[in-house]
Amino acid sequence: MTTMAMNAAIRSAIDVMMERDDNVVVFGEDIGYFGGVFRCTEGLQAKYGSERVFDAPIAEGGIVGAAVGMGAYGLRPVIEIQFADYVYPGLDQLISEAARLRYRSSAEFTAPLTVRMPCGGGIHGGQTHSQSPESLFTHVCGLITVIPSNPYDAKGLLIASIEDDDPVIFLEPKRLYNGPFDGHHDKPVVPWAGHPLGEVPDGYYRVELGSAAIRRPGDDLTVLAYGTMVYVAEAAAEETGIDAEIIDLRTLLPLDTDTIEASVAKTGRCVIVHEATRTSGFGAELSATVQELCFYHLEAPIERVTGWDTPYPHAQEWDYFPGPARVGAAYRRVIAA
Amino acid sequence: MIEGVPLRFRIPEPPARPGERADFSYIVVPPAGSARRPEIETDPSEMRDLAYSLIRVLDDDGSATGPWIPELEPDALYHGLRAMVMTRTYDDRMLMAQRQGKTSFYMRCTGEEAIAVGHALELDRDDMFFPTYRNQGWLIARRWPLVEMMCQVFSNEKDRLHGRQMPIMYSAREVGFFSISGNLGTQFIQAVGWAMASAIKGDTRIASGMVGEGTTAEADFHNALTFATTYQAPVILNIVNNQWAISTFQGIAGGNQSTFAARAIGHGIPALRVDGNDYLAVIAATRWAAQRARANLGPTVIEWLTYRAAAHSTSDDPSRYRPADEWKSWPLGDPIERLKNHLIARGDWSEEQHRDLVADVDREVLAAARDAESYGTLLDGRVASAKSIFEDVYKDMPPHLQRQRRQMEDER
Ligand SMILES: Cc1ncc(C[n+]2csc(CCOP(=O)(O)OP(=O)(O)O)c2C)c(N)n1
Repeated sequence: MTTMAMNAAIRSAIDVMMERDDNVVVFGEDIGYFGGVFRCTEGLQAKYGSERVFDAPIAEGGIVGAAVGMGAYGLRPVIEIQFADYVYPGLDQLISEAARLRYRSSAEFTAPLTVRMPCGGGIHGGQTHSQSPESLFTHVCGLITVIPSNPYDAKGLLIASIEDDDPVIFLEPKRLYNGPFDGHHDKPVVPWAGHPLGEVPDGYYRVELGSAAIRRPGDDLTVLAYGTMVYVAEAAAEETGIDAEIIDLRTLLPLDTDTIEASVAKTGRCVIVHEATRTSGFGAELSATVQELCFYHLEAPIERVTGWDTPYPHAQEWDYFPGPARVGAAYRRVIAA
Repeated sequence: MIEGVPLRFRIPEPPARPGERADFSYIVVPPAGSARRPEIETDPSEMRDLAYSLIRVLDDDGSATGPWIPELEPDALYHGLRAMVMTRTYDDRMLMAQRQGKTSFYMRCTGEEAIAVGHALELDRDDMFFPTYRNQGWLIARRWPLVEMMCQVFSNEKDRLHGRQMPIMYSAREVGFFSISGNLGTQFIQAVGWAMASAIKGDTRIASGMVGEGTTAEADFHNALTFATTYQAPVILNIVNNQWAISTFQGIAGGNQSTFAARAIGHGIPALRVDGNDYLAVIAATRWAAQRARANLGPTVIEWLTYRAAAHSTSDDPSRYRPADEWKSWPLGDPIERLKNHLIARGDWSEEQHRDLVADVDREVLAAARDAESYGTLLDGRVASAKSIFEDVYKDMPPHLQRQRRQMEDER
């Protein structure tokens, strides 16, 4: 076990997989010698050589497209998109190609790639360094979408993603790289050291895709969250004194509906929290799922707390970010209903 | 026939990394004045050499030579010099403000000032420029108020963009400066579209777009060249080759195999490769390309050779990936020094006058900063209201946004 920040845990996962499997190659913008703008690949080029860890031209469509080709050859590319906000030039290769290659060739060819990208706000990055585009990916059949909330999960999920034979979108909430963040931006930064989930095994282990984790057991209501919002949900439970059961989804697709159903059946109430914009966000899918599975257990309408339906503003970041106050207010409404 | 030879994967490496000696031997610097200047009507196929040579006007002792010397009043040169000095001073002041927490982020253009400044002063008032985030020199050269620029950087209550955009992502329509996006390359093809529109309407205005050499890898760069040549759009397509794209050297955008200017050749577009640190060459090349566009002769690609002397941004530490003193070996020098020396060599300027200019500009920038700070900075949170984030998503606010805005207020 070693205490690791989330970026170090991600690096460790790639390291473990490069060691175990010669077919793993890593590329992206500034990820080689420099080690990536969030340092997730630091030292890997020196260790594995630049034929396996290399800088890419600034062309997200090119990066994803080349990875699809490499995957077809038999490699297992792990690519980095510098910010999720810059993935859009790569969407055609992801949606029309990577996601459908298995289906259209009846598994003659596959696209076993892992596409890592930092997402979410909290760093004053404005509209081009803050977005949470997960629902664009969950809407595409053929893609798996993963979003860890801590170093332990990040490593185990990334290993499972790299080993997976289908294309995986691996979203990394950038505000969590260096520590858990509960939305109280005026408080000092808390590091991962000292947090139980900052303790990470050095070698190989998997956190299976498609399994959620209960971060806080509780009886009053169920909270469905992922990424940074897990900590915001915890803070809101603390601050309202409401006994929330907080589920960290970890994988959005495939979704762990068993865990969700069992929890809502128990609490009868559900709040869904995400940082992404509201309309057609992943919360809508979750809400529909809960309604379908748990309608007769529900004692109150399901609430969603999300980013507002606007581009992510720079100066008003904390008015935009769905912090513990807004989440807590939703808990109270759902309890009162 | 060669059979069974193992294939090799090649990854270009920069000439020097930290701890190594800077090495610019890959940059061939021909004597000033040696590049020919074809008439603008020349068929593109007959000027392909200009994509591989280097247009330079100012030589090492500050005299101007050769066919590209632009006709310019001493006053115009002085204005260019002042705008470059102002740009550098402004950058340094905003960097300091970022260190003090008055803004979240900043990007300097140190060493590249001549390009945006010269381009701004040579194009017409009504032309439209699709800039990068390193083109603040355009705004300064066009005398857009420093206070306006700073208020945007500080995201304060006088910021015309209402704190929505990151610092330096200006928008200044009245000086022909299109809103900066932040997504690389997207605006290059938009410049072409603007120029196509101008041609559709029989207008006389032209467009110009800029990208960094790293951004030439994006599909939108190639879209721009394809559309520009197909419709012979009245546009100037500029590539600022400052050698680095964050930690990535120009070879990772294909720069080791050919020049960036040469990308134009396959499209049948004339290309100029120009010393971007030579203010006179910037004026001359811009003028040539603009004349072609205005004469219905179509697009021109210009590669400006320069060096990004500053960090990529305030989030970047270049000593992690390139020799810390690399800029000292840059063979094309400092654009401000070079223009200053030229003016002195002409007898129009002196070291003393230059010192006065620098002091004068310093005072002006400082006064503007005081003024701008009186409207707030990110530090004191005097920013546009939270409510305002719902405006301008659409022309008319749809009901769901009205509901969300009310909810935001209720939950305060
Ligand atoms: C589509 C997209 N991908 C990645 C980025 C992140 N990024 C910002 S600046 C930059 C480097 C750009 O280099 P270059 O085009 O050479 O311009 P320079 O910064 O050197 O002026 C990168 C990769 C981005 N802004 N947009």
